[in-house]
Amino acid sequence: MTQSNIERLLEKGVFVVTSECGPPKGADAEAVRKKGSLLKGVVDAVNVTDNQTSVVRMSSFASCLILKEMGFDPILQMVCRDRNRIAIQSDILGAAAHGINNILCLSGDHQSFGDHPGGKNVFDIDSMQLIQTVRTMRDEGRLIGGEEVKGRPNLFIGAAENPFADPFEIRAMRLGKKVKAGCQFLQTQCIYNLEKFGKWMEMVRERGLHEKCAILAGVTPLKSAGMARYMKTSVPGMDVPDELIDRLKGVPKEKQAEEGIKICVEMIQQLKEVPGVRGVHIMAIEWEEKVAEIAKAAGLSPRPEA
Amino acid sequence: MIVGNRKPLEEIQEMIKPYKKILILGCRECITVCAAGGEREVAVLASELKLSRTKEGREIEIKEFTLERQCDYEYIDQIKPFVDEYEAVVSMACGAGIQYTAERFPQKIVLPAINTTFLGVTLEQGVWSERCQGCGDCVLHLTGGICPVARCAKSLFNGPCGGSSNGKCEVNKDTDCAWQLIVDRLKTLGQLDRYEDIIPAKDWKPSREGGPRVRIREDLRLD
Ligand code: SF4
Ligand code: SF4
Repeated sequence: MTQSNIERLLEKGVFVVTSECGPPKGADAEAVRKKGSLLKGVVDAVNVTDNQTSVVRMSSFASCLILKEMGFDPILQMVCRDRNRIAIQSDILGAAAHGINNILCLSGDHQSFGDHPGGKNVFDIDSMQLIQTVRTMRDEGRLIGGEEVKGRPNLFIGAAENPFADPFEIRAMRLGKKVKAGCQFLQTQCIYNLEKFGKWMEMVRERGLHEKCAILAGVTPLKSAGMARYMKTSVPGMDVPDELIDRLKGVPKEKQAEEGIKICVEMIQQLKEVPGVRGVHIMAIEWEEKVAEIAKAAGLSPRPEA
Repeated sequence: MIVGNRKPLEEIQEMIKPYKKILILGCRECITVCAAGGEREVAVLASELKLSRTKEGREIEIKEFTLERQCDYEYIDQIKPFVDEYEAVVSMACGAGIQYTAERFPQKIVLPAINTTFLGVTLEQGVWSERCQGCGDCVLHLTGGICPVARCAKSLFNGPCGGSSNGKCEVNKDTDCAWQLIVDRLKTLGQLDRYEDIIPAKDWKPSREGGPRVRIREDLRLD
C-alpha cells in the first residue's frame, strides 16, 4: 500500500471523486491556490496536468507541491513527450521524496497542437513503458538501466484510456496491457456516449480488469451547444452523440451552461450504476468553480476525511 | 530509398550570391528517383538561377554535372579535373552525398540544394511516403511489418494512443494511424495475440549511440 488517499478509499470500497487542476501559464502560485480552493473538500485527489495540449505551463510537479501544502493528495501527471528516461525517473524520485503519492502515466498530446510546434518531441518511452518503469522502481527497486534505487518511490500508479478511440476492439486489450504493466487506477476520457462506454466496460469486465484496476469514469460538463459541436468535430477521439448536442440546442443560449451541468450530473448518476465503475473523474476545464456544484448534485458530497 | 525536396529557389539564390561561377552537381541514385536532384532537376535549377541572375544584371556561369553516386569517392573524383574552375559546388544529392563531396574537396565551398527528408517508398507517380527511420534495431516482426518508429507520430511501441480516430492519426486527418494499420495487419496475419505482449523500453543505442554510426564488414575490407 502507498500513502495515497484514493488508494485507501478505493480499498474501503468508497466511490471516489477526482478532478483536475491545470497549472497557469506563468509563475503565479496564487493561481494554483485559487483553483485548488474551488476543489477543497470536494474531491479525494486532484490531477495536475503536465503541459496539457503541449502548451507550456507551470510544471506539474511544482504545482503538485503547492496543492499538497493546501492539504490535497495530488496526482502527478507525467507525459513522455518532453522527457527521456533519465529525466522521467529523476522526476519520479523527486516527486516521491516530496510526498507525492500518485502518478498518472500518459503518452502526451503531440507538440503540433501546442504553443511550440517547432519543438522536438522525445517519446523515448511510451505510457505503457512508463507504467512499467514506475512499478519496477517501486516494487523491485530498480531503474530501467538496472541500477538499484535507494529509497523506493511509493506511488499509486494510474493511467488514462480513451474508450472511444479506435480501433475500438483492442481498447480493453490495451487496458489489459496497462494493468499487466502495473496500472492500478484508470481515468477515462470524458464520456458522453454511455452506450459505447457500456460496451467497453463489458469487454473490461470480461477480462476481469475492473477487479485489478479501479476504473474512474471521466466526465466534462458542456458549456454550450457550440462547445459540444467543437468537441465532436475537432477533438480527436471524442465521441459526442447528436442527441446531446440537440438537447443543448433545444434550450436558450443563456441556459445552455445550466443544461450542460444537468447533463453532467445525470451522466455521473448513470455511471455510478455501471458495474465496475469505482469513481468519477470530473474534468471541468477552466470551469473548476462548477465541480463542487456537480459533485453535490450527483450526491457525492461531502467527501470522507482525507 | 532516400527522399528529399529541392530547396526553394530564393534560399539557393541567397547561398550563391557571392559567386559568379558554380558547379551544380546531381546524383543518379535515390534523389533522381524521387525527382529532386537528378540530371533533369540539375538542368532546371541551372536555368532558373541563370535567368534570375540575368534579370539582376549579374551574369553567372554554371556547369551542370550529374554523378552516378555522390556517396562514393570513386564517382566523386570524376569532378576532380575541373572542380577548381568553380568558386562553389551546389550539390543536389542527399545529405550524405553533399557531405561526402565536401569531404573530398575540403577547400571548396559545397552548398546544399536539397532538404533530405526520409527513407521511403513511391506510393504512386509523384508521391513518396516515409517508412523507416533507420533506428538500427528493427521491430517489424513484432508489429505486423509496420514501423511504429517512423509511422506513428509519437513513435509509440505500445500504441495506439487515445487520439486514433477512424483509422487516422490525431496529428493529421490525412495520415493513417500506424497502430490502426498494425492492429489490422496483425489480425490479417492471425497474430493479434502478439498485441497483448508489452514491448519494453527500446534500446536506442543502435540509433543514437553518439556520433555517426559505422558499419564494418571485415570480409569485404581490402586491408
Ligand atoms: S523499426 Fe527501425 S529499422 Fe525497422 S523500419 Fe522502423 S525505424 Fe526502420
Ligand atoms: S493516432 Fe496513431 S499514429 Fe497518431 S500518434 Fe496516436 S498511435 Fe501514433
